[in-house]
Amino acid sequence: MSSRHNIFSRWNGLWVIRGHLSSRTYLMFALVGMLLPLAAWWGVSVSGWMDKVFMPGPVDVLSRTYVWFKEDDLMHDVWISTYRVIAGFSLSAVLAIPLGLMIGTYRPVQAMLEPLTDFIRYMPAVAFIPLVMLWVGIDESSKIAIIFIGTFFQMVLMVAEDVRRVPITQIEAAQTMGASRREIISLVIVPSAKPALLDTLRVTMGWAWTYLVVAELVAANSGLGYSILRAQRFMQTDKIFAGIILIGLIGLAIDQLFRWLHRKNFPWMYKK
Amino acid sequence: MDNKISIKAAHKTFGEGERSIVALQKVDLDIARNEFVTFVGASGCGKSTLLRCIGGLETLSSGSIDVDGMPISGPGVDRAMVFQHYSLYPWLTVMDNIKFTRQLQAGREDLTSADVEAASGRADALLDLMGLTHVRDAYPNQLSGGMQQRVAIARALLPRPQILLMDEPFGALDAQTREVMHDLILHVSKLEKTTIVFVTHDVEEAIYLGQRVVVMAPRPGRIDSICPVELPAKRDQDMKLSPEFMQQKKAILHRIRETAGMRTDYELLERMTRQAEQQNDMQ
Ligand SMILES: Nc1ncnc2c1ncn2[C@@H]1O[C@H](COP(=O)(O)OP(=O)(O)OP(=O)(O)O)[C@@H](O)[C@H]1O
Ligand SMILES: [Mg+2]
Repeated sequence: MSSRHNIFSRWNGLWVIRGHLSSRTYLMFALVGMLLPLAAWWGVSVSGWMDKVFMPGPVDVLSRTYVWFKEDDLMHDVWISTYRVIAGFSLSAVLAIPLGLMIGTYRPVQAMLEPLTDFIRYMPAVAFIPLVMLWVGIDESSKIAIIFIGTFFQMVLMVAEDVRRVPITQIEAAQTMGASRREIISLVIVPSAKPALLDTLRVTMGWAWTYLVVAELVAANSGLGYSILRAQRFMQTDKIFAGIILIGLIGLAIDQLFRWLHRKNFPWMYKK
Repeated sequence: MDNKISIKAAHKTFGEGERSIVALQKVDLDIARNEFVTFVGASGCGKSTLLRCIGGLETLSSGSIDVDGMPISGPGVDRAMVFQHYSLYPWLTVMDNIKFTRQLQAGREDLTSADVEAASGRADALLDLMGLTHVRDAYPNQLSGGMQQRVAIARALLPRPQILLMDEPFGALDAQTREVMHDLILHVSKLEKTTIVFVTHDVEEAIYLGQRVVVMAPRPGRIDSICPVELPAKRDQDMKLSPEFMQQKKAILHRIRETAGMRTDYELLERMTRQAEQQNDMQ
């Protein structure tokens, strides 16, 4: 009786709002969350409910990935796609961060640029493809340009918001200590907004990967997105699965890298 | 002319037209060198606004504020400010927060290496004075509210400001920590000959610290009365129980209550009590 009560109360303890989990319990739940869909997928594929052409099983996908790796230069596709994403994303970041910083700091810059950016942001990046092809051509730079268009405007607005979230008392404290405008930007606003900025970069990096597939619509002849689109033409659903999962895995790895950088660079946020 | 700060016909309006708020109306006040002046008054009477105007963070609509006979234009190193909270830099350690001014150009002009040396020693001395030596390498979010506030005060004091502006700096602290901070700030005031302008909600704090207590009144924000404190210069905590202290506290509280335009509605409370009793009876 008492042991049943004990289990019950421990189970209940897991559902405390904003509660805590030990790292072991956390891992357990994470594994369940990952393995359950995998098992369901595998179950559906072996049950024969759905045609293999529409729903290949995990084993088919794995073996297709192996063939891709052995015969179709998978590594090149991974490399070229990663290159495009990182190039487009970096270009966005290099321009968006200073611009967002100015928008978030100076009212006239905000008034001049924010409504415009907001407006462009709602234009579908995909619809720019014909223009990009006309202006930039169909080589590497056009794919980078599409990823840039897809991420840049969002990034500017998010960076501006991060900068605006710097508490005004932090800025005023610096003013009363005699800091110049430049010093306030470099010694207060930037370091204060940095953690939020890194998070913004992490989130936009995810979007850059979604624009990859769109970018590789443009007369590409290599890359993960391109391979997915081509596989569709040949009804190679297992390859579509493989491509999607690979993009997911690379995205996850980069995301974890950003989180690691966050912990590494901002130790003060993790100490208590 | 030994006035450190001279406020003349200070007027401050926020907003325009119908919805404008007069935060300060015709405020005149002279504050002497090395004086400790405290401000009390009902919420919204313009205490913070006045302090921020002296600090240069806010500009007057009309009138003037002179420091050493010169009208102020914006914030300056001579006037340090301690805010109620959240003004420390969470990415810097306690020591780096305190030394923040030393990163700034303004504090570095015509500084000899001997000065730098001295400033370094001063940072250690302040750390010691504030009882922060054991947390010098901690980050602000690892400290209690009281400790954070001590760091903020040490940071403000580092460049030897002639004026220290404090806006409810101890508002979030418990009573014991507050008492310690009171004696500390009095010590600093005596030691460094700093002119201190101190805003608070706590009348007892205002009397204990101030040589004069300025009572402000709201709507429009203005000075209601100025009460010189008749306590021995060397304060100690027991004075708070003396009849003179009590008398003054009572008088000031009375003024604040009078001007606040808000008081306990005893009639309403009585009616509510009667209603509750009737309901109890019916059950
Ligand atoms: N930036 C602002 N914009 C508009 N109105 C303001 C601004 N700052 C203050 N006010 C108004 O000015 C009046 C005085 O405000 P202030 O903050 O100086 O009062 P206070 O005496 O410090 O009050 P409290 O004791 O609550 O801190 C209030 O009515 C307030 O609403
Ligand atoms: Mg206030």
